[in-house]
Amino acid sequence: MSLPAAFFYLFSALMLVSALMVIFARNPVHSVLFLILAFVNASGLFVLLGAEFLAMILVVVYVGAVAVLFLFVVMMLDVDFAELKQGFMHNLPLGLLIGAVAIVELVLAVGGWTDAGVTPMRNMPIEAMTNTEALGLVLYTKYFYLFQAAGLVLLTAMIGAIVLTLQHRPGVKRQSIEAQNARTPAGAVELRKAPSRAGV
Amino acid sequence: MDGWLLTFLILLGKSLLLVAVLLIYVAYILYADRKIWAAVQLRRGPNVVGPWGLLQSFADMIKFVVKEPVIPAGANKGVFLLAPFVTGMLALAAWAAIPVADGWAVANLNVGILYIFAVSSLGVYGVIMGGWASNSKYPFLSALRSAAQMVSYEVSIGIVIITVQLCAGSLNLTEIVRAQDTRFGMFGWYWLPLFPMFIIFFISALAETNRPPFDLVEAESELVAGFMVEYSSTPYMMFMLGEYVAIVSMCAMTTILFLGGWLPPLPFAPFTWVPGVIWFVLKSTLVFFMFAMVKAFVPRYRYDQLMRLGWKVFLPVSLAMVVIVAGALRVLDANGWRG
Repeated sequence: MSLPAAFFYLFSALMLVSALMVIFARNPVHSVLFLILAFVNASGLFVLLGAEFLAMILVVVYVGAVAVLFLFVVMMLDVDFAELKQGFMHNLPLGLLIGAVAIVELVLAVGGWTDAGVTPMRNMPIEAMTNTEALGLVLYTKYFYLFQAAGLVLLTAMIGAIVLTLQHRPGVKRQSIEAQNARTPAGAVELRKAPSRAGV
Repeated sequence: MDGWLLTFLILLGKSLLLVAVLLIYVAYILYADRKIWAAVQLRRGPNVVGPWGLLQSFADMIKFVVKEPVIPAGANKGVFLLAPFVTGMLALAAWAAIPVADGWAVANLNVGILYIFAVSSLGVYGVIMGGWASNSKYPFLSALRSAAQMVSYEVSIGIVIITVQLCAGSLNLTEIVRAQDTRFGMFGWYWLPLFPMFIIFFISALAETNRPPFDLVEAESELVAGFMVEYSSTPYMMFMLGEYVAIVSMCAMTTILFLGGWLPPLPFAPFTWVPGVIWFVLKSTLVFFMFAMVKAFVPRYRYDQLMRLGWKVFLPVSLAMVVIVAGALRVLDANGWRG
């Protein structure tokens, strides 16, 4: 067995086990940590495929940012484990239904998959470039509008989040950096003669 | 099959050598940090163990290792013990891609800079896990702060890295250093043409590694020792080690991105005789000296000021610089004025 194959089995086995542990772990924080382990192993598989750019972006975006916020939220939850287990039988039919639908969809999607005829762009010496360059060339030419649209979707989400959380209540004292920086000794300090026994 | 094994063993040997040298360097960086801080405050610093206190870090290490690790009763044991090792291992892992001289990298990755960015963005997990698993108030507050702080400053670090990539035209760290090899010597390195980004990167690196003045994660006056309150002995040492290795790798990153990596400051005779690795170490140490001076000089930021600086100052400035640099490069390339 060659070294890449050995690493493939290592990464895939770890990924499958941690994916299962995401579901089976009792503690939600452990679940998120196992999810992160699964992400990292997926990125290892990407590296083995030679898609190093995707691998790194997976770690930067999903592990470095998204999962941090996930962990953040889950950590703040006040979880009662006994209560969690109580609802199991109650929610089982619904869970099974959703699982079945997801499996059917996956089977349909994978079964119906054919090579959709995505031809590599002409005049592209794809062997001579790193996969970052290759991705960049396709992303900023052929899929340029889709790329921009994806950016717009994210922008909308960002504006939505800001609108939902930004509240300017009246009567709250706030620090105004501009006002502070605009202060001069002339406007802020006053020299007064304080008479004895009278004060200022 | 034997070929693979041999490559594997050579890689293993290289990595072990790098880790050994790095750890000794870190031991003296720790000593230098304390000495510089002491000198600024007119103290003498560590001066007892060995001549001029040179063996202080090793004495500290032995002390940490032989003490008893205390695990709080309410702690989540597995995560509690895992956290410091995550921090330590991730900090060391970043060094796999750092070229200390031309061709002297354990792995000369095509996406080297992204790899280091990715690994350093994982550093936050050690802090969050440690803070949560301690099951105590101060560590938890510290973990929340650190998550927000590190994620915020990663954004500006990422955008600064983009401008450097635009200029160098590559994500490979070796190529980035080679792109700075011009006939102008140190004036062709990116610190001069990208001066605002150099400053932003330096300050963001301070925030990313939780160095003062951004050490809100372990602000003694508010949170005792932050996420490390409940840690003792070897796990505590792993946290310290991870923190300082991360600091050194940020110094190395600054060196590679802005200070010409292993290149000599002036491209002629007496300077070019010195091996590249020595220039690299000298430059990294210079950057660390600046880190240490900032720690000694600057008072700690307030938390809202920290967030304001990251999101409202650095993010717009660095985004604007990406557009300006891209435009400038376009004009220069179109007229053939570059290179």
